[in-house]
Amino acid sequence: MLGLAETTATLIENARWIDPTQGINRVGRILIHYGAIAAIDPNDGDLPSELQRIDASGWIGAPGLIDLGAELGEPGREEDETIAAGTMAALAGGYTSIACTANTEPPIDTAAAVEFVRQKAMRSDRCRVHVIGCVSKHRQGKELAEIGSLVDAGAVAFSDAPGPIENTALLRRALEYCSMFDRPVFDHPEVKSLAEGGIMHEGLVQLVLGLAPIPAEAEDLATSRDLRLVESTGGRLHLTNISTSGSVDLMRRAKERGLKTTCGITPANFCLTDAALRSFDSNLKLQPPLRSEDHKEACIKGLQDGTIDAITSGHRPCALEKKMQELDLAPFGASTLETTLASVITYLIRPGILNWTQAIEKLSSAPARILGVEGGSLQIGKPADVVLIDPDHRWVVQPKGMLSRSKNNYFTGTELFGCARMVWVGGVRKYIAPIQN
Amino acid sequence: MTVAHAELPDFPATWRHRHLLDLESLTAEEITTLLDWSEHMAVATDFGRRKIPVLQGKTIANVFFENSTRTRNSFSLAARRLGADTVEFASSGSSVSKGETFIDTAKTIEAMGVHAVVVRHSAPGTAFLLAGHLNCSVLNAGDGPHEHPTQGLLDILTIRQCRGKIEGLTVALVGDIAHSRTARSNIWGLKKLGAHVIVCGPATLVSRQWEKFGVEVSHNLDEILPRCDVLNLLRIQFERQSTRPFPSVHEYALLYAMTAERMRRSKPDILIMAPGPINRGVEVTPEVADGPHSVILKQVTNGIFVRMAALRLLLGVSEVNGSCLA
Repeated sequence: MLGLAETTATLIENARWIDPTQGINRVGRILIHYGAIAAIDPNDGDLPSELQRIDASGWIGAPGLIDLGAELGEPGREEDETIAAGTMAALAGGYTSIACTANTEPPIDTAAAVEFVRQKAMRSDRCRVHVIGCVSKHRQGKELAEIGSLVDAGAVAFSDAPGPIENTALLRRALEYCSMFDRPVFDHPEVKSLAEGGIMHEGLVQLVLGLAPIPAEAEDLATSRDLRLVESTGGRLHLTNISTSGSVDLMRRAKERGLKTTCGITPANFCLTDAALRSFDSNLKLQPPLRSEDHKEACIKGLQDGTIDAITSGHRPCALEKKMQELDLAPFGASTLETTLASVITYLIRPGILNWTQAIEKLSSAPARILGVEGGSLQIGKPADVVLIDPDHRWVVQPKGMLSRSKNNYFTGTELFGCARMVWVGGVRKYIAPIQN
Repeated sequence: MTVAHAELPDFPATWRHRHLLDLESLTAEEITTLLDWSEHMAVATDFGRRKIPVLQGKTIANVFFENSTRTRNSFSLAARRLGADTVEFASSGSSVSKGETFIDTAKTIEAMGVHAVVVRHSAPGTAFLLAGHLNCSVLNAGDGPHEHPTQGLLDILTIRQCRGKIEGLTVALVGDIAHSRTARSNIWGLKKLGAHVIVCGPATLVSRQWEKFGVEVSHNLDEILPRCDVLNLLRIQFERQSTRPFPSVHEYALLYAMTAERMRRSKPDILIMAPGPINRGVEVTPEVADGPHSVILKQVTNGIFVRMAALRLLLGVSEVNGSCLA
């Protein structure tokens, strides 16, 4: 589909452009034409005669953000999220691509299911959607799903998330089998027998509140097991959303040994701690759980030194009626596509923990590499997936303003800095923030 | 404004809580006020022999999402001795199984015109959530393993009556600390009033982390026994344990049951308490439970006075600030 917007050229001027893949960090202009990045800092003489100019002074220009795991609810859990609403929320969050998880009902374990999601995403015509297929048939953790057929239908990675791949033999086989297709396995590291029934991080706050514990070692042990299997199989593994100092240490050492394993983290685990749960707010019931300060500090160090490759939204929307329950019964998760960028700006960039290049690397370039998809860079000739970020815009997170079907966000009522102002997907401007100035 | 009953003192000017959700967040002064008012309630009712109608026209709802006989009856009696009407709502299962969230259930009951909701639930934080959603007073009658403030108060009141003070006493809470709301309320209340608190029980149920809160941790009852002024023998919460944290009840009793033999190695004036219901032969043998050092039934009696005091103080604030119900 070649729309008018794609044939009309757009010149984005005066933005500070960040592209970690090309080492770009400078104020300049970029020309988008025929859906692609046509030129960086073109001379006036080389510009097309018909041209839309956008003044992006004070804004950051970057490759569109790419998410490594968002729940889109379809099929079967439309009360939580829909592909149309989720992809709209993604655009508002600065994402041009999201990978959707397989924990739908029924789960995405057949080629038909992959096709369904891709079709719906295409019809919604917002951001790109990459499909993560199930590792196991029916996501039951017993037999391998038909991974070859799923790859054929377009699945880019395999995971039984949000749960772990508990069966060690299955994970071993999955790593071996997926390597035939050069596709990664995503595992949520957690030893179920240690974490089962748990509500929050085991620690002093949990001791006081009397909530059932999720000990840190439940994650550490699984991370350790997973890395050992990568060593023997040579498979590609991505650990979705680590949260403990133990995991960070294990990952750091694995990388020093040259293991090709990556990991991600969600904003909750570098912004908040378990102390927040003193409010008993079910929006803070998350998986992995909010950890104590020492774990949070270790994760921040891991982000700084590159041990943690990617920042994932962890978007797991839950319908209000499900969250309006006792903490024991409320489901895990938060709707976070719309706040991930702002939380990175507020909690990592403004305090000087990460610079813009590191942040865009973790929000865009690294996720593209991990998924093995296009994007994450501003290379000339590549599809123009671009976000313009206003780093100084102050806003308070409110359910009313959210586009996701579910509004369960742990930053509700919190003031954040920064937002996506405009988003182009394949050279088409798909989003303009409803902000006057 | 209500007219204070002749035998009750003036409403304490410093009291400003509409809810009683925990003891952790109360000050020593506030806890002392609650204890003092419990004593006033005992005197004013002639130790339970007559009513004082200071809450006449008020309605108290007992909303119990978890089985309870003694606490619910204790709250009911407390409300009625103050002249209030009571509404009883009991649901053993989760309200969600009927397609209604517990918040909706509580809101429905509030809409019937109640002034206070007494809530018990198996999930920690439930009373806090209700306090955020309801306009009336909320009284926590036990939220999972988190807190049970009136139980903590009645235990502390009983100790204070028997010993005349709390400060300087050594109080051991024995048993399933991990799953005990009574333990948590006792820990905060006793610590604030200056007691030395020991938590004692199997390592799988008593975390070493309690030391970070200035609580002594022991796994050996015989070692701490000679130092204890009070033993509070907590019930093993079989229903809250997903996997059994010790090999057998027999072994538990061997290590932690208060027996006549252990009594001989205790201080001569030791107090034996239990929040009940007691598992005879598990935490305590019958001869100790029924022996001269046991104040288990005194605890039950005090429970009513503590709950009267709590209801009076919480609803007193609602009155001063303008009632929630127009």
